[in-house]
Amino acid sequence: MIDFEKYLRIKKFPLIWCAGCGNGIVLKGMLGAIDRIGLDKNKITVVSGIGCSSRATGYVDFNTLHTTHGRAIAFATGVKFANPDLTVLVVTGDGDATAIGGNHFIHAARRNIDITVILYNNWIYGMTGGQVSPTTPHGMRATTAPFGNPEGSFDISRLAIAAGASFVARGSVTSPVKLSQYIEKGIRKKGFALIEAFTPCPTAFGRQNKMGKALDNLEWIKERTIDVKKADALSPEELEDKLVTGILVDVEKSEYTDLYAKLVESVRDIPVDLHIPEREVVPASIAVAGGEEL
Amino acid sequence: MSTVSNTNAGPAKGAVRVMTGNEACAEAAIAAGCRFYGGYPITPSSEIAEILSKLLPRVGGKFIQMEDEIGAMGAVIGASLAGAKALTATSGPGFSLKQENIGYACMAEVPCVIVNVMRGGPSTGLPTLPSQSDVMQARWGTHGDHPIIALCPRGVRETYDLTVRSFNLAETYRTPVILLLDEIIGHVNEKVFLPDRIRVVERVKPGADVTEYLPYQDTDTDVPPMASFGEGHRFHVTGLVHDETGFPTNNPEKIEHVLRRLNRKIDRYADRIIRVEEDRDENARVGVVAYGSTARSASYAVRLAREEGIPVSILSLLTIWPFPEEPIREMANRVSDIVVPEMNLGQLAHEVEWAACGKARVHKVNRIDGEPIHPQYVLDAIRAAARGK
Ligand SMILES: Cc1ncc(C[n+]2csc(CCOP(=O)(O)OP(=O)(O)O)c2C)c(N)n1
Ligand code: SF4
Repeated sequence: MIDFEKYLRIKKFPLIWCAGCGNGIVLKGMLGAIDRIGLDKNKITVVSGIGCSSRATGYVDFNTLHTTHGRAIAFATGVKFANPDLTVLVVTGDGDATAIGGNHFIHAARRNIDITVILYNNWIYGMTGGQVSPTTPHGMRATTAPFGNPEGSFDISRLAIAAGASFVARGSVTSPVKLSQYIEKGIRKKGFALIEAFTPCPTAFGRQNKMGKALDNLEWIKERTIDVKKADALSPEELEDKLVTGILVDVEKSEYTDLYAKLVESVRDIPVDLHIPEREVVPASIAVAGGEEL
Repeated sequence: MSTVSNTNAGPAKGAVRVMTGNEACAEAAIAAGCRFYGGYPITPSSEIAEILSKLLPRVGGKFIQMEDEIGAMGAVIGASLAGAKALTATSGPGFSLKQENIGYACMAEVPCVIVNVMRGGPSTGLPTLPSQSDVMQARWGTHGDHPIIALCPRGVRETYDLTVRSFNLAETYRTPVILLLDEIIGHVNEKVFLPDRIRVVERVKPGADVTEYLPYQDTDTDVPPMASFGEGHRFHVTGLVHDETGFPTNNPEKIEHVLRRLNRKIDRYADRIIRVEEDRDENARVGVVAYGSTARSASYAVRLAREEGIPVSILSLLTIWPFPEEPIREMANRVSDIVVPEMNLGQLAHEVEWAACGKARVHKVNRIDGEPIHPQYVLDAIRAAARGK
C-alpha cells in the first residue's frame, strides 16, 4: 500500500475540486508513479498553470510552482534547464496547455526537454464556469457555445507526437491503474513526455451537455475510450467518436539538457574574449542594510 | 560648479574596449554572475542574445531562445527559482508581451533582470529607431499595484555599470529590475574603460532548518530569504495573493499585509535605489532633467548655454523608478523653470511636474519622429526659459 499522505500537504485539504470531479484520480495516479519510482521529494518540482487541474500544485509536498495561465511549460523549461538534476512535472488543463499555452506545449515537445506533462483533459474550461475549449468536441455545448461548438477540436496527443515528443500516452480516470503506469513510464522517460488524461467535469461539461450524474459522466468516457490495440483493427469511420487510449509513442532520442551539456563540453576550451573584473561578493543581507553602496 | 561628466570615461584603468551598449550589457551580465538567458529576438536588442548565446555556454551558463517573449519571461522566472541569476532582453513589442509574467515576478518576489532596448512605438512602430516611450510601461505595464525598479544609462560604460547594478538590486530586494536602454545606446560604439573590480550581490538564503521555512516571511528588512528549488524546502510559489507560507489567502488582513509589504519593500529603500547625477550652478534659474541618451544631448546643451552666459543646472536620472522625487523637488525650489527633453510625448515630464509641485514651470521638449534630440533643441528651450518665455 502506498502511503499517499507522505506526498500530500494534508493541512491544505479539503481540495477545491467538486464532488464527482476526476482530477483527484489523476493526481493519485501521479503520486503512485512517483512512489513506485522512488523519487526524492526534494528533487521533484511540479509546475502548473491556471485552472481547476492546475490547483493540484497546492496540495502536493514537493517544490511547487503555480504559474500564469498557459505558461506552466515555459516556467518548467526554465527550472529544468537551470537545474537538470530536478525531476520536473507539469500539471495542466486542456485550455491551459493547448489554447493560451499551445505555443509552449509544441515547442517543449520539439525541443524534447525532459519534462513530463500530465494534461487533465475534461473538454471544457472548468475553473471559469464551462466555456468552450480547444478540445470540446464539435457540436457539444459550453457556456460560450450555447448552440453547440461550431469549431473542430484538437487531438492533443497527435499534436505532441507531430511536434516531436518522445513519449505520448493517453489514459483515462476510468482505468486509473493504467493511467498511473503511463505516468510512471512518462517520468522515467528521458525526454518530453505527455500523458493526456481524460477526466470528467460533471459541474461544467456534464451540466452543459445534460450528461446526468457524476457516474453518468464516467460512463460517457468509458463508452468512448478504446485501447489502441483494438483501435488498430477498426476503420477511421468506426473510430470517429472514439477516444483512443494507450501508449501512442515511445521512442529514444536525444534530450535537450543533455545536448546542451555536450555543447558546453565541446566549447569549453575555446578562449573567450571577455573582461571579467575581480568580484567582491556582497551578501544581500548587508546590501539591504545599506552597508554597501551598490 | 562641477564639470559636465563624460559618462564614457571611467577610471583610466581596466580593459580598454570599443563596444556598443548591447555588448556592454551582455558582458556586464556575465560579470555580475548571470548564468541564464531566455529571450526572443527583436531589434534593437538582438545582439544581447547573440552575444550571450556564445558566451554563456563557455562560462557554464545556459542560453535558450524561447518560442516567444511570454515564454522567455516564464523561463527566466523558473530559472531564478532554480537558483540562477537570470536575464531577458527585448524591445517594445516584446516588452508588452512580457508584462503579465513581470507582474508574476513582482508578486512571487523572484529576482530577475529585464532589458528593454527602447524603439519607437506604438505597436511594431519604428524597429530600428530610438525612443524613450516605454518609461511609463516600465512603471505600470503589468496590472495591479506593484513596486518596480527601472534604471536608465546614458552611455556604454554606464550600461555596463547599471547592468551589474540591476542584478545587484534584483538580488538584494528579491524583485524584477528593468534596465531601459534605447536604440542609440544599444548600437553606438564608444571607447570605454571596463572596471577592474565590481561588487556583486548574492541573494539572502534561509537558514539550514528546512522545516521552518516561510518563503514570504516578515522580516525586519521586508525582504524574505529565498530558497531555491531542490534544496529541501519544498515551498509553494504562486501568483495568487498569498500569506507568509506562500499559499493563497482570501483573508483581507493577510492580503493587505502582504501587498503593503511588497510595495514597502521598494518604497522604504527608494533613497538607496535612486541614483541621480547633478551638475549644479548655484545661480541657475533654469534646470534640465533628463535621462538615457537624451541626457547626453542635454548635458551638451547645458555646456553651450553656460558658454552663452546662461547659468543652468542639470539633473540626470540614472534611476527612473522609483521616481527621484526629492532631487527634483529640491531643484524646483532653486530654479524657476525646468526643461525636460524626452524622446516621447512627455511621459516623465508629467512626473517632474508633479514632483515640482508648482514651484517651477516645466517645459517639455519632445521628439517622436525616430530622431534623437539634438542639443540645439534643448538649448533653444533653455534660452526661452531664461528669457522668461
Ligand atoms: C491570461 C488569463 N486569461 C484568462 C484567465 C481565466 N482563466 C482561468 S482558468 C481558465 C481556463 C482553464 O481551463 P482548463 O485549462 O481546461 O482547466 P480546467 O479548469 O478545466 O481544469 C481561464 C480562461 C486567466 N486566469 N488568465
Ligand atoms: S468545475 Fe469541473 S474540473 Fe473544476 S473542480 Fe469542478 S468538476 Fe472538477
